[in-house]
Amino acid sequence: MSAKANILAKLRNSLAGTQPIADDYDVALVTEPWRYPAGERISRLRQLMEAVHTETHLTTTTDWPALVERLLAVRQLPSLLIAPGTPHGAQLAAHFAGRPGLPVLKAYDRPVEEWKAELFDDTPASLTGTLGAIAATGSLILWPDRHEPRLMSLVPPVHFALLKASQIRDNLYEVMQEQRWAAGMPTNALLVSGPSKTADIEQVLAYGAHGPKDLIVLILEDA
Amino acid sequence: MSDLFYDAAPNATRVAPPLPTPRQYPAHKPANVYLFGTCVLDLFFPEAGMDAIRLLEREGIRVHFPQAQSCCGQPAYTSGYTDEAREVARAQLALFEQDWPLVVPSGSCAGMVRHHYAELFKDEPETLARARALAERTFELAEFLLYICKVEFQDQGAPTRIALHTSCSARREMNTHLHGRALLAQLTGVERVDHDHESECCGFGGTFSVRMPDISGAMVADKTRALRESGAAQVISADCGCLLNINGAFEKQNAALRGQHLASFLWQRTGGGR
Amino acid sequence: MSQRIPAVEIPSRELKHNAHDALQDRQLRGNMRKAMDSLMAKRLASMPDDFEREHLREMGNHVRARALSQLPDLLERLETNLTRNGVKVHWAETVDEANAIVLSIIRAHEARQVIKGKSMVSEEMDMNHVLEAEGIEALESDMGEYIIQLDHEKPTHIIMPAIHKNAKQVASLFHDKLGEAYTEDVDQLIQTGRRVLRQKFFEADIGVSGVNFAVAETGTLLLVENEGNGRMSTTVPPVHIAVTGIEKVVENLRDVVPLLSLLTRSALGQGITTYVNMISGPRKSDELDGPREVHLVLLDNGRSQAFADGELRQTLNCIRCGACMNHCPVYTRIGGQAYGTVYPGPIGKIISPHLMGLENTPDHPSASSLCGACGEVCPVKIPIPALLRRLREENVKSPDDPHKVMRGQGSKYSASERLLWKGWRLLNTSPLAYRAFGLLATRLRGLTPNQLGPWTQHHSAPKPAARSLHELAREHLEGK
Repeated sequence: MSAKANILAKLRNSLAGTQPIADDYDVALVTEPWRYPAGERISRLRQLMEAVHTETHLTTTTDWPALVERLLAVRQLPSLLIAPGTPHGAQLAAHFAGRPGLPVLKAYDRPVEEWKAELFDDTPASLTGTLGAIAATGSLILWPDRHEPRLMSLVPPVHFALLKASQIRDNLYEVMQEQRWAAGMPTNALLVSGPSKTADIEQVLAYGAHGPKDLIVLILEDA
Repeated sequence: MSDLFYDAAPNATRVAPPLPTPRQYPAHKPANVYLFGTCVLDLFFPEAGMDAIRLLEREGIRVHFPQAQSCCGQPAYTSGYTDEAREVARAQLALFEQDWPLVVPSGSCAGMVRHHYAELFKDEPETLARARALAERTFELAEFLLYICKVEFQDQGAPTRIALHTSCSARREMNTHLHGRALLAQLTGVERVDHDHESECCGFGGTFSVRMPDISGAMVADKTRALRESGAAQVISADCGCLLNINGAFEKQNAALRGQHLASFLWQRTGGGR
Repeated sequence: MSQRIPAVEIPSRELKHNAHDALQDRQLRGNMRKAMDSLMAKRLASMPDDFEREHLREMGNHVRARALSQLPDLLERLETNLTRNGVKVHWAETVDEANAIVLSIIRAHEARQVIKGKSMVSEEMDMNHVLEAEGIEALESDMGEYIIQLDHEKPTHIIMPAIHKNAKQVASLFHDKLGEAYTEDVDQLIQTGRRVLRQKFFEADIGVSGVNFAVAETGTLLLVENEGNGRMSTTVPPVHIAVTGIEKVVENLRDVVPLLSLLTRSALGQGITTYVNMISGPRKSDELDGPREVHLVLLDNGRSQAFADGELRQTLNCIRCGACMNHCPVYTRIGGQAYGTVYPGPIGKIISPHLMGLENTPDHPSASSLCGACGEVCPVKIPIPALLRRLREENVKSPDDPHKVMRGQGSKYSASERLLWKGWRLLNTSPLAYRAFGLLATRLRGLTPNQLGPWTQHHSAPKPAARSLHELAREHLEGK
C-alpha cells in the first residue's frame, strides 16, 4: 500500500461511524467588529500602516506620477522598476517620457532568469498596483500576474504601491466574498501590511528583513 | 476593562475565564450544608476548616461533616491514576446524599468535584447522574459566603496589608480570585496589595512538586520573592495545596511572612476568637 | 515500519536533567522572562474585547474541529485541487519517507543549495542534517532560525527560535562566525543577516517552506510571516517544496479568516503579519517569475495516532501560534531547548509523545503543574491540561493493558508506584483506615522527618496539625 493509502485508511478507520461537524460559520463575528464608516477607512488604513513604518500619501489619478518623481528625487533613487503592461506602468512611462535627467524606468518585461542579477543587485525601487486594501488590518491586496510579476513587490528595497481609495474595504472576509476569491485564486496572492520586519533578536523590531525596507503607499483619492 | 480580567499586577498574566454563562445561585440561604474538608486541610490546616464551620454557623446554617469523608481524589486523578481516583470519588459521592449544598474550603478540590467527577463517571450513567447533581450543589467557601449567604462583614481588626494568592486551577474553574477579592474588599481595615506575576502558578501542582522538584522549586522561589516584595504583612489563600507549598518555602527561607487560609483570616477579622 | 528518531531529539529523555541545568542559567532565565512578559502583554493588547476574543476562540476551535471531522476527505480534495493547479502532492507516513521524497526532488534537479523558510515540520524531519549528510547545503533564512543554525542549536520557540538569546549573544555570534565587526545594534545585525541571506536566495536551487494553512476548497497554501523569507524561499528559487503535517488542512478559504486573526494576535499581538502569502500553483507559462515546480509533502509522523482517539485528536487543532509557551510558567523558566523536542512548551508536551512515542518523552506529560494558563490562551481551545492528564494516564498504564492508544504507552509504569496509589485508594475509601492514619499523623507529628526527598529541597518539612479537622469537627458538631 502507498503512504497515501495507509494514511487515509488510518484516518477513515478512526472516523468510522461519525459525521462531519456541520458548518456554522459565524460571519458576523469576523465582520461586525471590523466595520468602519466610509469616511474613516482611509484614515484607519493609514494609521495602521504608518504604525509599522509604511509611508502613505494622498494623491490623485492625475497627480501621482509627479509625486513618484518627487519621492524618487528625495530618496535619490536612480531607477524604478515598472510593469509596462499595466495602465499605471504606462501612465508613469508617459509622464517620464522625453524628460532626460529623471531616474531610469526599468520594465519587468522578460523572465526573471534573464536578468536575475540585475533585479537583485541593481534595482533599488519598484512600483506596482494593488487590488485594494483592508482597513481592519492595514493590508494591501496584491495579485501578481504576468504583467506585474511576483518579485516586483519583494526584491527591490523600496516598493511604491498604488491604491485606489474606492478599493479599500473593511475586512478580509468582505474582500474574499466581493472579489470571489474562492472561485479562483491566482498562482500567488498576497496581503502586504508594511515593509518587511523582524523581532527575532531580543524582540527588538527591525525593518528591512528580507523584503522591502520601505513601503510607500500612494492613495488615489479620486479613484 | 471587564472584571473578568485578572489584572492584578504589572506583568501579571491577565486571566479571563471562558465566557461561561454566569452561575445561578439560590436566592436564599439553606438551613443545612455539608462541609467537605479535603485531605490537606484535614491534616495541615484543620483550624481553617473549623473557621469555615464557624463562619457558616454564624450565618445561621447547620453544618454537617460526614466523618467518613477523606479526599476528593485529585492527587491520583492528576497523576494519571484514574481508576484509583474514581474509587475515592465514589466513596465521597456516597456521603453527601441529602440535597444540601456542599461547601468546600479549598478551591481546587471544589473544582475537582464540580468539574471532573462527571468525567470520572462518564461510563456509569447512574453514578454520573449523582455526580452531576453533586457538582451542581458544590460551592467553594468564598463563593458560598458571597453569593448565597450574601455576607456583609464588619471588619474589627487593626489596619493591615495582605496579598491574595489563588490556586490556578481553582481560579480558572471556580473564579476564586473574584470571590476572594470581593470578600476581602469588605474588610475596611485590610488593604490588598498586588504582587508581581500574581496570576502565575506557585509551582505546587500536586505531585508535580515532587516529580519535578527543580522546576517547582524555581516557581515557588519566584512566587515567594514576589510575595515578600509586595509589602504585604500576610498572604491569604483559600487553597491548601498552595498554602502548604508557599508556607513550606517561606519557612525554608527563614522568611517572616506566612500564608493564612482565607476562612481563618475572615473569622479573625470579624470578631471570631480562637 | 520503523519510526526514525533523529539524533537531536534524544535529549528529550533527559527533560528533568536538562531543566535542572537550564534553571541554573541566569542569563537564560532573564532573557526568557523578559521575552515572555512582553509577548503576553502584546497578545492581550491585541485582543482587548472579551466577547470578541472568547467567541473567536470558540469559532477557531470549531473551524479546526470541523476540518478534522472530515480530514481524509479534505486531504483528498486538497490534493485534487492542488494537482489541478499544477502542484505535485506527496504523502509520507514517516520522516524518513518525507526526507526521501525531498531528496528525490533535489536529485532530480541536481540541486546543491537549498534555502529554507521557517518550517517546524522540516525540523521534525531534521531535514538540514539529512541534506547535509548528502552534501547538500540547507540554510535557514528566518532570522531567528539562521542565528541558531549558525550556533548549531535547535529552535527554542516555534515562532521566535532565538528568543533565548539577547543582542549581545547574537553580536558575538555574528562576530565569531561571520567575521563581522562586533555590534549590538539590532538594525545592523539584521542588515548583516539580510545581506548574507539575499545572496543565498539568489543562488539557491530549491526553496523549502512550511505551510500555515492548506485550503482544500481552492488548493491554496498559506504562509504567514513578517520577514519576507517565506516569500523569497517560495518565489525566487526555481523549485519550491512545501512540507506540512496532514492536520494543517482547512475546508474553505473563508475558514482562514478567523484562524489568521487568531494566529497573528495570539503569537505576537499583531493584527496581521507583514505578509500573508497565498500560493495556489507554480509559474504559469506566460508568467515571468515564480517557481516552475511546486511540491507539497504531507507528513503523518504520528499524527494519525493522535487522530485515532477522540480526546487526543484535539491536539491536532493546533495552529502553532506559540501562545501556550509564552504563558507557561514552566517554559518561561527552563526555555525551549530543555524539552529536547522539536515542539517545546505545553503543545510540545502533548504533541511530541505522538511524534516520538511516550518511551522517548516519558517525563513530558509530568512536567506541568496543570495550572491551565496554556488552555486558557489557546486560540483554538485545545484543552491542554486535560490532555496532559490523559497522557499521564497512558504513561502509567500497565504494559500489558490490551487497550492500545499510543506508542510507548506504559513507559512510566511502575509496579511500586501503582501499589502506592492502591494503598492511597484503600486509605481514602476506608473511613476506619483514614481515621487511623489521621490519628497517627497528628499524634506522631513530632516524628515527621525533616528530610522528605525532593520536597525538602525547597521547603521545610510539613508538620501535621495536633488534631485533624475530623476530630475537631466531631467535637464541635456533636450535640448540636
